Amino acid sequence: MLKIKRVPTVVSNYQKNEAADDSVGCGRNCLGACCINGARLPLYACKNLEKSREKIVVSHEAEEPPVAFLESLVLGEWEDRFQRGLFRYDVTACETKVIPGKYGFVAQLNEGRHLKKRPTEFRVDKVLQSFDGSKFNFTKVGQEELLFQFEAGEDGQVQFFPCMPLDPENSFSVVAINVSPIEYGHVLLIPRVLDCLPQRIDHKSLLLAVHMAAEAANPYFRLGYNSLGAFATINHLHFQAYYLAMPFPLERAPTKKMVTTVSGVKISELLNYPVRSLLFEGGSSMQDLSDTVSDACVCLQNNNIPFNILIADCGRQIFVMPQCYAEKQALGEVSPEVLETQVNPAVWEISGHMVLKRKDDYEGASEENAWRLLAEASLSEERFKEVNTLIFEAIGCSDQEEDPEGTIVHQQIPNGGVFNQKSNRIHGGPITNGTASECIVLQ
Amino acid sequence: MSLAEESSVVSVFTEEEEESLNRRYTLWIKEALDELPHNFTITDPFLSGHPIVFASLGFLKMTGYSRAEVIGRNGKFFQGPKTNRRSIMEIREAIREERSVQVSLLNYRKSGSPFWMLFHMIPVFGRDDGKVINFVAVQVPISGRDHHRKLTSVGDDVSSLDHSEFVFGSCRREVCFGNFVQHRALPVECDDDEQGLEDWEYCEASESEKLRAVEAINNVLSVLTRYSELSGRLVCGKRYCLRGVDCLSSSLVISLGRIKQSFVLTNPCIPDMPIIYASDAFLTLTGYKRHEVLGQNCRFLSGVDTDSSVLYEMKECILKGQSCTVQILNYSNRKDKSTFWNLLHISPVRNASGKTAYFVGVQVEASCRNTESKELRPETKQLSVVGAVRVAVRSSFMVTC
Repeated sequence: MLKIKRVPTVVSNYQKNEAADDSVGCGRNCLGACCINGARLPLYACKNLEKSREKIVVSHEAEEPPVAFLESLVLGEWEDRFQRGLFRYDVTACETKVIPGKYGFVAQLNEGRHLKKRPTEFRVDKVLQSFDGSKFNFTKVGQEELLFQFEAGEDGQVQFFPCMPLDPENSFSVVAINVSPIEYGHVLLIPRVLDCLPQRIDHKSLLLAVHMAAEAANPYFRLGYNSLGAFATINHLHFQAYYLAMPFPLERAPTKKMVTTVSGVKISELLNYPVRSLLFEGGSSMQDLSDTVSDACVCLQNNNIPFNILIADCGRQIFVMPQCYAEKQALGEVSPEVLETQVNPAVWEISGHMVLKRKDDYEGASEENAWRLLAEASLSEERFKEVNTLIFEAIGCSDQEEDPEGTIVHQQIPNGGVFNQKSNRIHGGPITNGTASECIVLQ
Repeated sequence: MSLAEESSVVSVFTEEEEESLNRRYTLWIKEALDELPHNFTITDPFLSGHPIVFASLGFLKMTGYSRAEVIGRNGKFFQGPKTNRRSIMEIREAIREERSVQVSLLNYRKSGSPFWMLFHMIPVFGRDDGKVINFVAVQVPISGRDHHRKLTSVGDDVSSLDHSEFVFGSCRREVCFGNFVQHRALPVECDDDEQGLEDWEYCEASESEKLRAVEAINNVLSVLTRYSELSGRLVCGKRYCLRGVDCLSSSLVISLGRIKQSFVLTNPCIPDMPIIYASDAFLTLTGYKRHEVLGQNCRFLSGVDTDSSVLYEMKECILKGQSCTVQILNYSNRKDKSTFWNLLHISPVRNASGKTAYFVGVQVEASCRNTESKELRPETKQLSVVGAVRVAVRSSFMVTC
């Protein structure tokens, strides 16, 4: 059994050290049967993506799109909690900068995010673990930390109800604040909160997350996901989201198409990025895209491969990043300098947003350092290829053959069509492991 | 909505949009620009929505629209479902970072038919203050006959194609246009070069097309420079001085322009805490023009019957760096010179350094407080403005070098 010690991030004011959890009483205004009667929250039912078919609405926009309804709701409710002092610190008072370099990694000096507490043990060798009601989970958050209910509506139109009762019989999903925010507007999306789903991807939940990205209609509002073993600290299904008004380095990385599925989903691999990742986009509908990604993630889960997901570009682009940092850490294979920064490469870090605790780390932050840290999380090229094979099989692109000449590879798909696929690198040699001298490959 | 179907053309642009170029460059600028043969558009980032304020005759011919249908629109208007997302991001980032960009782009004509063009955009700076005055974009149609890549799809016999499935990322152009692209003439089946061009992943412009783009940009810039000399407020293609501290970047202004409610930003670090930004809705609410309010302290909205204890309360909050909400009687400059009760919320706003850079003031006219049941509560709406401003201000200083 592989374990590492970490101080978990506190995402709710009701989250305590595991040991002290016996004193679960109430009067805390939580979501348990004790407090839920009479509880009300605004409900935002977004438009059904199938019924309002157009994925991209840019063609007849008259202007830079105004702040959308969902964005106003998120920001307005967040600002309300901000002014009420529900957050552990004022994230806007944390200095932040873009690190000079080709990719524009973002560094933030945040001494308050991480507690100086005794670290807890996390098991990092199992991506699938059952829900444990005795541990902290989102049914224990105070209702004041919840902003609104969110669901995929039936209609072609948005429906909003400012004050809807929370109905335990009717499985509802909520958006909550993260009391240790990385940026202004950092929220958690918790699908079907009372169903107490463990942290694992399922088709319905991922689709809900994609709906939210689409509905926010702002490419700077992304959703992220960490699997167990990839730095999720709470084993209760949740996604995170926040606003950062610039592209993530991950979004800037060049890509190379690998394959297109029957439903038109294009899968590419990232080039020249410290963490080997896949990009899913296209598809004849957003559901096709979301389902393909879910299929891939279920495959990773079943093969016990930790991974992170970034939903970007209003749900049009979904990155999947398999990783192995925690395993390396447990086996003592991560370099001490990297460990000392205490930066865990979860979805936001891999995307290029680094929250640093120590002033020295912040002052000395460089693209090289960021690269080196993230490279530790990446699968090796060989392992990445193996994992991709597993994924392609799972999503229905099987019997991949490698052409030793390396230029064209044909793939059989079940109904007999033929795909063209390039599987090797043409330019610049193989993806490096990102050591300092090899980073300069970009120049 | 389809302007194409209406027999009489409806103007979508405002007076500000129509007059934008005249104000900066003197009255004859449009005639001078009309003499250029190129396809180009000029936008004004300081107007809400970052609209097009000039479109050349060549551009109109290329896209099939009339001038009235284009002025006031954002450049996104010409994009469509198959426009490459990375290219859109590159353009957005170039605008945000106030720098130039050259990228192949799929656009759509009024008829709905798509076409590829080489899009080359540059910022135009005020020589004295380093502010971005306009963005100029040139569009050179490209045929891509020899240089394009198709998306492969089920059933295609693609064995004859030797193409590198390389999609350009959005890191610096120098990286992307380094050794990767040069003259890869790809053998392409010619039978469907017009149809299916929407599905091309990428369409490379030829060297001569790229040169034409550069030439066009230089010509447009020359005209603007010359006419800016006449008006005494020079512009140029390079930034000659760092933008002044009290000058908002064009990208911040564009972000703030997305917020449709009434609000102002004031600068507490400058004596008498002047207004440095006012939304269109603020101007409508108060009846003032933009040039009348910028640089002024908000006290011009107070009058004889404004409660001075409320003003005192606000002043105390500002000194302490706290938020507050007050109900204050304001005097408008609207035609009827009416007074109105302003439910005003003010709050300090920090920038990327973590220090307070501005104060935001969000005005809600008290009589408008009745919510429709399907809308956000007025309090939420008001606070959402504060939130949106916080995000915009915090990100605006974080520009990549």
